[in-house]
Amino acid sequence: MKLFSQVRFLLQITRTHGIVRRYFVVNGFDGALTMSGIIIGFLFSAADNLTIIINACLGAAVALGMSGLSSAYISEVAERRRELQKLQEAMVTDLQESAHGEAARWVPMLIALVNGLAPLLISILIITPLWLAKLNVPLPFPPLYMSIAVALVLIFFLGVFLGRIANISWLRSGLQTLLVAIITAGLIYLLVGD
Amino acid sequence: MVSVKRLVLDVLKPHHPNALEFARILAGVGKNYHVTVTVSEVDEKTETLQVIIEGPAIDFDAIQDAISDQGGSLHSVDEVEVHSGPKQE
Repeated sequence: MKLFSQVRFLLQITRTHGIVRRYFVVNGFDGALTMSGIIIGFLFSAADNLTIIINACLGAAVALGMSGLSSAYISEVAERRRELQKLQEAMVTDLQESAHGEAARWVPMLIALVNGLAPLLISILIITPLWLAKLNVPLPFPPLYMSIAVALVLIFFLGVFLGRIANISWLRSGLQTLLVAIITAGLIYLLVGD
Repeated sequence: MVSVKRLVLDVLKPHHPNALEFARILAGVGKNYHVTVTVSEVDEKTETLQVIIEGPAIDFDAIQDAISDQGGSLHSVDEVEVHSGPKQE
């Protein structure tokens, strides 16, 4: 609990709540759309080797996670350092030992973690039906369709989350993100479909 | 036993944490502290505060640490009220 309130305090003094939220949605959406794209591609290619599909998805998921982690860390370290430097100049004092110095060290790690974990966890959720099918767990629909359904549900919920942040209709916002996924599926069909 | 009962401080601090959070943290330094914060000047990145702390026995060093932990800097001690206990025979 103390760690949670400390994290909240650091995010508050650096005013980075919004950045964390934005990174979560943007990269989570990236993960969901990439996974659904790969799976739809496999579906249109009539591929039935689950191991190959899972490995391709997992490879993309890890790459998305690492890309999110490293890019956010590098850019946020630079941003936080710059902010701290400007604040130190205004205060005419060294703030390294203060909460602001601590925030400049910890906030980039936190943002990088959110940016990296969002696509990774969302991708793992989307791949789960494929794993279950591989373990011979009975599913109500074919595994590729199940994975696409999970991806669409997650994409819809990311839209709902955005709608709640923006204080607009959650249904409209959810349907908007869902529409993006459907357009993506249509484009993939045009490019690789029979 | 001599105890500090009231302090009036001139503090420069960044905008965040804000005056409310800043006062809360100072009040949490000791028991029964009564803290009043008045923002007297606001600049682009900083603000100047007049901080009044009242309490049965104010720990000045702990207050100073709490101010610098939040990125603040104590400019001056403008007013002090100190009480001494009854003389021991």
